[in-house]
Amino acid sequence: MDITNIKEWVSLRTKGGVHAPHRKHTADCETVVMPPPERIILAMSQHIGVPCKPVVKVGDYVEVGQVVADSDQPVSAPIHSGVSGKVAAMTELLLPGGLKTAALMIESDGEQRIHESVKPPVVENYDDFIKAVRASGLVGLGGAGFPAHIKLQPRNFDAVDTVIVNAAECEPYITSDYRECMENSWDIVSGVQTLMEFLDTARVIIAVEKNKPAAISELSRIAAEVTRAGHEVIVKPLPARYPQGAEKVLIQACTGRRVPPGKLPSDVGCIVMNVASVAFLSRYLKTGMPLVDKRVTVDGSAISRPKNVRVIIGTPIHEVISFCGGTKFKTRKLLMGGPMMGLALMNDELPVLKQNNAILALSEEDIQLTEPSTCIRCGRCVSACPMNLVPPSIAAAYQNKDTNAMEKLGVMTCMECGCCTYSCPAHRQIVQTMRMGKGDVRKAAAAKAEATSTAKAENQPAKQAVTAGK
Amino acid sequence: MENPLIITSSPHLHCGMTTRGVMLDVLIALSPAAAASILLFGWRSAAVVLVCVASCIAAEYLSRIILKRPQTVGDLSAVVTGVLLAFNLPASVPLWQAAIGGVVAIVVAKQMFGGLGQNFVNPALVGRIVLMASFPEDMNRWVTPLQGASGVDTTTSATPLEVVIQGGEMNYSLQELFVGIRPGSLGETCVLALILGGLYLVIRRVISPTIPLVYIGTVFVMTWLLGQNPFIHILSGGLMLGAIFMATDYTTTPINKTGKIVFAVGCGLLTVLIRVFGSLPEGVSFAIVIMNILVPLIERATRPLPFGEKRRLRNER
Repeated sequence: MDITNIKEWVSLRTKGGVHAPHRKHTADCETVVMPPPERIILAMSQHIGVPCKPVVKVGDYVEVGQVVADSDQPVSAPIHSGVSGKVAAMTELLLPGGLKTAALMIESDGEQRIHESVKPPVVENYDDFIKAVRASGLVGLGGAGFPAHIKLQPRNFDAVDTVIVNAAECEPYITSDYRECMENSWDIVSGVQTLMEFLDTARVIIAVEKNKPAAISELSRIAAEVTRAGHEVIVKPLPARYPQGAEKVLIQACTGRRVPPGKLPSDVGCIVMNVASVAFLSRYLKTGMPLVDKRVTVDGSAISRPKNVRVIIGTPIHEVISFCGGTKFKTRKLLMGGPMMGLALMNDELPVLKQNNAILALSEEDIQLTEPSTCIRCGRCVSACPMNLVPPSIAAAYQNKDTNAMEKLGVMTCMECGCCTYSCPAHRQIVQTMRMGKGDVRKAAAAKAEATSTAKAENQPAKQAVTAGK
Repeated sequence: MENPLIITSSPHLHCGMTTRGVMLDVLIALSPAAAASILLFGWRSAAVVLVCVASCIAAEYLSRIILKRPQTVGDLSAVVTGVLLAFNLPASVPLWQAAIGGVVAIVVAKQMFGGLGQNFVNPALVGRIVLMASFPEDMNRWVTPLQGASGVDTTTSATPLEVVIQGGEMNYSLQELFVGIRPGSLGETCVLALILGGLYLVIRRVISPTIPLVYIGTVFVMTWLLGQNPFIHILSGGLMLGAIFMATDYTTTPINKTGKIVFAVGCGLLTVLIRVFGSLPEGVSFAIVIMNILVPLIERATRPLPFGEKRRLRNER
């Protein structure tokens, strides 16, 4: 091994993480399509950014693929109906993050009539492509729900040289991306080709954890077929170590580049897209059917028959669970997403969201409610933190309400992956402390901004008087 | 609502480790050395260990009651302190003195600062230092090893370390030092058993090998540079016990990797300075305690940078 090899090895070596149990019970469960439910509930906020506003009224008849909500703001994505039927009501939903959002309830007529707007988009250039991506309603399907058309229009377009397709799927239980690789590998590769064409990038890296050898060989086989001069498609096996699929960790593991705090992947020349998003994109360009359904892993110790299910977005969770044979044990905790970063739900009435990739119903055996005890400074959280933070120092600053210190210690870099809490022998809720600390830092920054603007206003009384005089 | 769903913050998985489990692992790691001490110095050493553990448990239990704090005696940390304190005492120490050591360790060094995780110096070492200052004669009377159960013959003759430092001829071979056939504190002599315990802790990921390796390495290099026999230095005195079990105490050592290295180098340098140039024969306890006090400063100077941040930014702030 010569020096450059060693240097490369060091730069690609990511820090921290934990060996969480994989529990990929549903890896071999081929996706089954769930029949359309009687009614769907579409939350107006299913993405990061500005919530949509309904463009249909109660009583309107809508069809599959029809836009039912949209926004004129850039960071947003339209929402489409997954059933044909009547708009029954406008309701309100309390999302697991604590956010209240408006929602549309649509009663299905069981016909699944397809709307006239559903036809393959005409895409001739980059602008058409971005328009089509927006019209598809695509948001990051990996969990974050960032509108895809924004992601594909980076500020520094020319500096982007690498597209990373995220098929790491490091969260325990979840296999929906794995099934995408196994069932729709050609969609993935054709999506990759589309991205290469419109983003003009020379390199696409498909990142998969090593615990999915079948996906690696399947994707490698197809990638080899489509690689041509100047356009490289690499399938990169990564160590199966949580959180390998976290954006910043993934970029470093694939390219050796580190995204600085507060910056975006495009600032280091990368665009990261979830594998299911890429496959969806290629299907949309072929069929014109927008994002109305998605694959969800339904698992957990309480579920009778764990499955990968293709469900219509907006289907209430309890109906998805009944489709999987209901529960064999009492559900004590219901999660939207994986066990490391997923959110605990208050009830099973909530609908499946666009960015939702798993529903986990945990029974008593998986519930650990150990009282937190005092920190013994063992440093497990420090070694587990992929973001190189020192959680106990941040926790101390949080207790002292010292937002400056928290910021200096990098609390805003925390991505809440949960490795610290997972490995804490004192069972401290470290992630929760980080989350509250981040909230405090944001509040302090907002207060400071307001104070400066008021101070400015006070310093310019003359100008104000003139304005008032008008 | 009947049987509501449980709402907690993510993550919803845990590795299963507990504080008690960590302490239990440390106790398991200490057991080979405890067995060796009984073989070497007879049942008297078992009595010292039991008295120290009992006094630590009692002190912890009563302190928590008097301080009106939640009872923490179940986390086993007091037991670990008791065993470590006993390991630092000669097997012939009067039992009442051992008991006082336990009380000082728990009450003065630990509970007065808030209990587990809050103390800034190693409680067992504080107990030992207080006993050394209070009862120098009893603390410097060593039991001759391997007399069987016949009796306890004590000697005030110099330990191998003292002999070597004074430039004398040592009458113990390196092999004897390795298995612990020499006078000394009851748990410090059997290097073999201590290393076995250390390996167990490393394999169980209770400690990282950084501090022991750097500490012992520093002592080795320094004594070699000073023209002494480095092998005798690392095999005698309390170095192995200190480096593996005391300098790796979570609470009183730096939490980050660079800090651990700085801490261990400091311990090594101070140990050699005290051993070679100081008036005391052994410097491990004092070296660790002094470095314990410097931990907040070391941590501040060696704080890791958050992911993606450049070193330059720190100075700009």
